[in-house]
Amino acid sequence: MHYYLDFEKPVAELENKIEELRRLADGKDMNITTEIKKLENKARDLRADIFSKITPWQKTQIARHPERPYTLDYIELMTKDFVELHGDRKFSDDPAIVAGFANFQGIPVAIIGHQKGRGTKERIERNFGQPHPEGYRKALRVMKLAEKFGKPIITLIDTPGAYPGIEAEERGQSEAIASNLMEMFQLRTPIIAVIIGEGGSGGALALAVGDKVMMFEHSVYSVISPEGCAAILWKKNNSQVGKGEYEKAAEALKMTSADLLNLGIIDEIIPEPLGGAHRSKEETAEALEAVLLRSIDELREKSFDELLEERYNKFRIIGKLEEVEQQP
Amino acid sequence: MAWFKKDKDITSKRVNVPEGLWVKCNSCKEIIYRQEVDKNLKICPKCNYHFRISANERITLLADEGSFVEIGIDLASVDPLNFKDQKLYKDRLKDAREKSNTNEAATAGPALINGHPAILVVLDFSFMGGSMGSVVGEKFIMAAEKATKEKLPLISIASSGGARMQEGIISLMQMAKTSAAISRFKKTKMPYISVLCDPTFGGVSASFAMLGDMIIAEPKSLIGFAGPRVIEQTIKQQLPDGFQTAEFLLQHGMIDMIVNRKELKQTIANLISLTAGNK
Repeated sequence: MHYYLDFEKPVAELENKIEELRRLADGKDMNITTEIKKLENKARDLRADIFSKITPWQKTQIARHPERPYTLDYIELMTKDFVELHGDRKFSDDPAIVAGFANFQGIPVAIIGHQKGRGTKERIERNFGQPHPEGYRKALRVMKLAEKFGKPIITLIDTPGAYPGIEAEERGQSEAIASNLMEMFQLRTPIIAVIIGEGGSGGALALAVGDKVMMFEHSVYSVISPEGCAAILWKKNNSQVGKGEYEKAAEALKMTSADLLNLGIIDEIIPEPLGGAHRSKEETAEALEAVLLRSIDELREKSFDELLEERYNKFRIIGKLEEVEQQP
Repeated sequence: MAWFKKDKDITSKRVNVPEGLWVKCNSCKEIIYRQEVDKNLKICPKCNYHFRISANERITLLADEGSFVEIGIDLASVDPLNFKDQKLYKDRLKDAREKSNTNEAATAGPALINGHPAILVVLDFSFMGGSMGSVVGEKFIMAAEKATKEKLPLISIASSGGARMQEGIISLMQMAKTSAAISRFKKTKMPYISVLCDPTFGGVSASFAMLGDMIIAEPKSLIGFAGPRVIEQTIKQQLPDGFQTAEFLLQHGMIDMIVNRKELKQTIANLISLTAGNK
């Protein structure tokens, strides 16, 4: 049984019916394959129709889908011999970020990503993919190892945001994020950053300073969550904000992959199977693999000086402003 | 008999004060005569809380008289996302310009600090909460690049709620942009002194503000990554007293010192003379 989102209801009913028919037909001499085929086509058309007009808020739901592939899924599907490294050597290990080295298509790489966890127990253990400072410090430690050993860095971004808690503040959440941002501009090795699910604000950016920044089709990347934005900007007196306001906020924030490509923030959109990455993890991982291989090849052509210069300029030019004559 | 009777006339006896004559301290909640606060560099005479002051007031406080030359003065925000909540971003900008008497949340440029040349970047909380959008990011990187090129100390004064929501992802990217600027500046081996004022949060604290070689905070300023309300809602607990104050950060090793506004200029000048140059 799949987990269906609200707006997928019509297609869910149909797909459940197909499942039922299959079960009925199983082992019995019933000729309903043509019937099933017809229903399957109908379901696909319906899904295509729904997905051709999904809203930014609905995309946010897909990006947060509980069955969406996570960092460890991609590591398993795309790499061999993954060795996970733990701890920031300062305070502790943070399971909300996974980091290590792996063999990616014959190329040893460092791979670092947020990990949300599946099932209640693991979700809690991994703090729903919301890192503490030690997570960012571990990430930076492994990135510096990658630089030292001359290996490219792949980062996979999927977090609601850096954790807002007492201990996170005590241990310097701001400093940890800021240091990653600064240090990543100095790493003399290629960095490829991919938003695979939720790109939640500074907690996402702290792994996303890349020579290439990519987004999966149904991932989102934003300065604030639609809920957070709605609570601040759409709240009137004591009224509660809800789905209506989240829709408006998600729309206003321009947080979809198409928006970000359009704004020049990302380099490329990686397509997902119809219905989202979770409909076929293998197909999704293959698409990512191809893009990563091409990017690594391209970036390895450049000298480190070139790489750093281009990385700086890539972010240097982001911003929209005008010059107006000031009145004295 | 009626020993607990309320004096019904109490409200009518209240003196009507003209607005603005008194101010309430954000920290001790005392009502204080405004002139008394103004004469004291806008420091609460009761509890030493440092009131938020404008970028111009900051520059007057830090720069030698007549030495500050503003750069990027013509830069103005546009509305890259056509952002509209209950109000248009364009209108919010217009209101902010009128209300705050400045054209953006950051003011930058070279100045002399007790005779030491340096580059200053100052945020102004009265302009949309000192929030960082394209213009703040651009002015910061212009200042940092100038400091890098001319090998001068860089000084930033932060007072900000964080990234400017109305510029969405573009604001988020200013965090990377300003941090990139510091990564280059650090090669000059000149000091970057970051001063944190009330309040410094979110995208500003998690980028250039926490990257200072030396970090100074004003007394009782609130400084952090996530705002206290967000944390309370997340952990469903009351926050401890003094959480996210400058004193809390000092205790946790996140800043170097807490300096009273009256001694700030002298402290910065001292730090420059002790760290800059090759003597």
